[in-house]
Amino acid sequence: MLNKYPLWKNLLVIFVVLVAALYALPNIYGEDPAVQISADRNATIDASTMDRVRNTLNSVGIEPKSVSLENEQLLVRLNSDNEQLKARETILDSLGDNYIVALNLAPATPEWLKSLGAQPMKLGLDLRGGVHFLMEIDMDEAMSKIVDGMKDTVRAELREERIRYSAVRVDDTAVEVELRNDEAYQQAAQYLDNRYQGYVLAEDEENRILRLEMSEQKIVETRDYAVDQNITIMRNRVNELGVAEPVIQRQGSNRIVVELPGVQDTARAKEILGATATLEFRMVDTENDVRDAQNGRVPFGSELLPMRDGPQQLLKEDVILTGDHIVNAGVGYDEYNRPQVNITLDGAGGNKMSLATKDNVGKPMATVFIEYEATEERDPEGNLQFTKSAEVINVATVQSRLGSSFRITGVGANEAQNLALLLRAGALIAPIQIVEERTVGPSLGQQNIDSGTQAIFWGFVLVLAFMVVYYKKFGLVANGALATNLILIIGVMSMIPGATLTLPGMAGIVLTVGMAVDANVLIFERIREEIKAKRSPQQAIHHGYDSALSTIADANVTTLIAALILFAIGNGPIKGFAITLAIGIITSMFTAIVGTRAIVNSVWGGKRLSKLSI
Amino acid sequence: MINSEERLPFMRFRGVTGIISALLVIASIVSLSVNKLNFGLDFTGGTLLEIGFQEPADLNRVRSSLESEGFGDAVVQNYGTQEDILIRLEPRTDVKAEELGSNILEALRAEFDKTVEMRRIEFVGPNVGDEFIEQGGLAMLTALICILLYIAMRFEWRLAVGAVAALAHDVILTLGLFSFLQLEFDLTVLAALLAVIGYSINDTVVVCDRIRETFRKFAKLTPVQTVNRALTDTLSRTLVTSITTILVLLTLFFLGGPLIHGFATALLFGVVIGTYSSIYIASTVALAFGVSREDLMPPEVEKEGADQDPLQ
Repeated sequence: MLNKYPLWKNLLVIFVVLVAALYALPNIYGEDPAVQISADRNATIDASTMDRVRNTLNSVGIEPKSVSLENEQLLVRLNSDNEQLKARETILDSLGDNYIVALNLAPATPEWLKSLGAQPMKLGLDLRGGVHFLMEIDMDEAMSKIVDGMKDTVRAELREERIRYSAVRVDDTAVEVELRNDEAYQQAAQYLDNRYQGYVLAEDEENRILRLEMSEQKIVETRDYAVDQNITIMRNRVNELGVAEPVIQRQGSNRIVVELPGVQDTARAKEILGATATLEFRMVDTENDVRDAQNGRVPFGSELLPMRDGPQQLLKEDVILTGDHIVNAGVGYDEYNRPQVNITLDGAGGNKMSLATKDNVGKPMATVFIEYEATEERDPEGNLQFTKSAEVINVATVQSRLGSSFRITGVGANEAQNLALLLRAGALIAPIQIVEERTVGPSLGQQNIDSGTQAIFWGFVLVLAFMVVYYKKFGLVANGALATNLILIIGVMSMIPGATLTLPGMAGIVLTVGMAVDANVLIFERIREEIKAKRSPQQAIHHGYDSALSTIADANVTTLIAALILFAIGNGPIKGFAITLAIGIITSMFTAIVGTRAIVNSVWGGKRLSKLSI
Repeated sequence: MINSEERLPFMRFRGVTGIISALLVIASIVSLSVNKLNFGLDFTGGTLLEIGFQEPADLNRVRSSLESEGFGDAVVQNYGTQEDILIRLEPRTDVKAEELGSNILEALRAEFDKTVEMRRIEFVGPNVGDEFIEQGGLAMLTALICILLYIAMRFEWRLAVGAVAALAHDVILTLGLFSFLQLEFDLTVLAALLAVIGYSINDTVVVCDRIRETFRKFAKLTPVQTVNRALTDTLSRTLVTSITTILVLLTLFFLGGPLIHGFATALLFGVVIGTYSSIYIASTVALAFGVSREDLMPPEVEKEGADQDPLQ
């Protein structure tokens, strides 16, 4: 019994530990306060922007640590938090609205480490400070909006094709078309069948009714689209807020997670993210009398809506245009210095607007602002119920045939500001509601880091002391393994891109420190037993490691099962706990079995021993 | 820690411990059905704010200012330090729930001054809370079933049932403690409970492993003697690992900050109970089901212990 490891095994241990240590290294360099500048679609960032930023900062006496251009973003590293705030304001003033200037903490990892792809661990919001939102999309509303849109399109198309219909209406999730005569019925059936791929066309020849319904697959696609559109819009809105490294992700079938590290003004963030407004442009019904409608005789095809600061308005039901065609919107002032909102539409929107206003010059057009507010009720499937509140915010006379660029006047300065912001960020196809929020202020985040680090440190020290007292020299070996284990956990955490360190995650590390010695305890107790059974020290070591192996494996696999289940069901911070626990279990098996054996073999192996210090 | 030449007669007390455990489990279930669990915000839904003041917080003034703003139902208490307070609100219908936090913050800033610091705001919609309960329960069950399957596969069904009985015992008692003391039960406590399952099973597996090994090695011992011997042989390991784990949990409890308190409490209690249950519950149950040497003999000779002579 020699207890010697072959060279390759020793080299493997050294190699693994070195790689982990290398990737754990960036964590000790800390972070620089930084300002991150990116451009929106109307601007670009290049070397000249870099010079401009540098000059601007120099002019107010700030000497940045570095200014670098990465992934079309400028990163300005600064020396202190105060400089960071001042730098952001100055840059914002100098570059103007087309740039997004966000506060950030940039890791101060040296170049040579960065070139190896080494990065510090990502910190969760509970350690960094920031906002976490879980938002839920109202799918029913999204679907009904789409069906509504489909109804309008079908009607327009039939008119274009000169197919005579008597009614086009929405029935639940389908559009029903009633035709005047058999010839029209045949034409329409053929036309709709060709035109609407991915839809199911049900024919009722007797009553001359065609029923156009989305196929299952189309419904899934549509739902996905609604979520994707919301994610895109959220991303735009988050950009408005100027947040570095936001996370915007889909969760489940109808939810979106939004994480904004470092955001402190949550009220504003919520206002902008949570505002589920959309805009519709509709013609005012001038052929009928508002007073008749108010008395309950609302004409067919028209709708009575309240107006902000004004009398009720009778509007045509047909929507000329919805908010999702809006490309850009901003506040401007006319020649009398009155605020106005300048709106730019996309191509399709421009065409629609142009078509609709062609014959309506001189007539009033209304802007309808629609808000969705969540009620406390849910339908039987557990989906949130929303109430739709539509309000006319503006009626303006169409001065000329409008194109893809026009303006709304007659709004107050504040309202113009808000409206423009919402319009610019795009309008949502489906209403959305915050169902969970977790905000952590920066001071609490730092405090969490401090207490987590302290707990890890003292837990570590106590266990080290106990092991040396109880197992003497073998305790030292176990301690070596424990320290290595800590490095391995940090190294692996830094290497896995999705892994985030949270406060419960730090608790997981502390727990791992306490539990990781278990494997060594099992081995050492076995060795003690073998020595009591009068085996030679070398044999005792050999059998101790061998017979403890399957026990260690069984015990750890079961803990790993618990950790994996925790990972599968947990939310952010809990996932952090599961990750560190799982990584800790795996790394501790490596260090406790292979790592300590390498040390034990090189210290005691191959020697003639009469007793062991255990 | 102990001289393993002597065998401790653990199983002599198995009647007593069995009764004690049964009583504790019943007491826990009674407490759970009478007192229920003091579910935290994660499960009930609602809004929570942690606010930091520059000087020790005047709770009465905070309460009255909140009352005048229409938040009379707010529960206000100190949190961690004199300067920090925690404000909780039930889910409500009249205000947009997600705006509640900022409204309260504004009210306090108006009453006191701008130095009132927002440390934490949490809002959980009522249905999200229900989902967390559902998911949590599901996770617990899945974990227990997966572990049962694994142990049944690796060992033998009587030991597996014993191991899972020990786990259920630990979980129920920990829940019972939280219910009895009305400690807040939130997501981190749920995570701790799953970690308790992980720890307890770890302990139990080591014991079961040794019971199996002892059965195979010593043909002449009765099942009770075998279990006594296995428990004695693993006792110092069981205690050492518990001590190191308890050491780190104590540092977490005292240094980890108030957010981790419930987590550390659940784990501390769970580890102590888990250590006890791995000694008494798993083995008692396995014995009660009549575990015997024949059940544990391998179909073919396995490596461990096979190359050794009996050590008696």
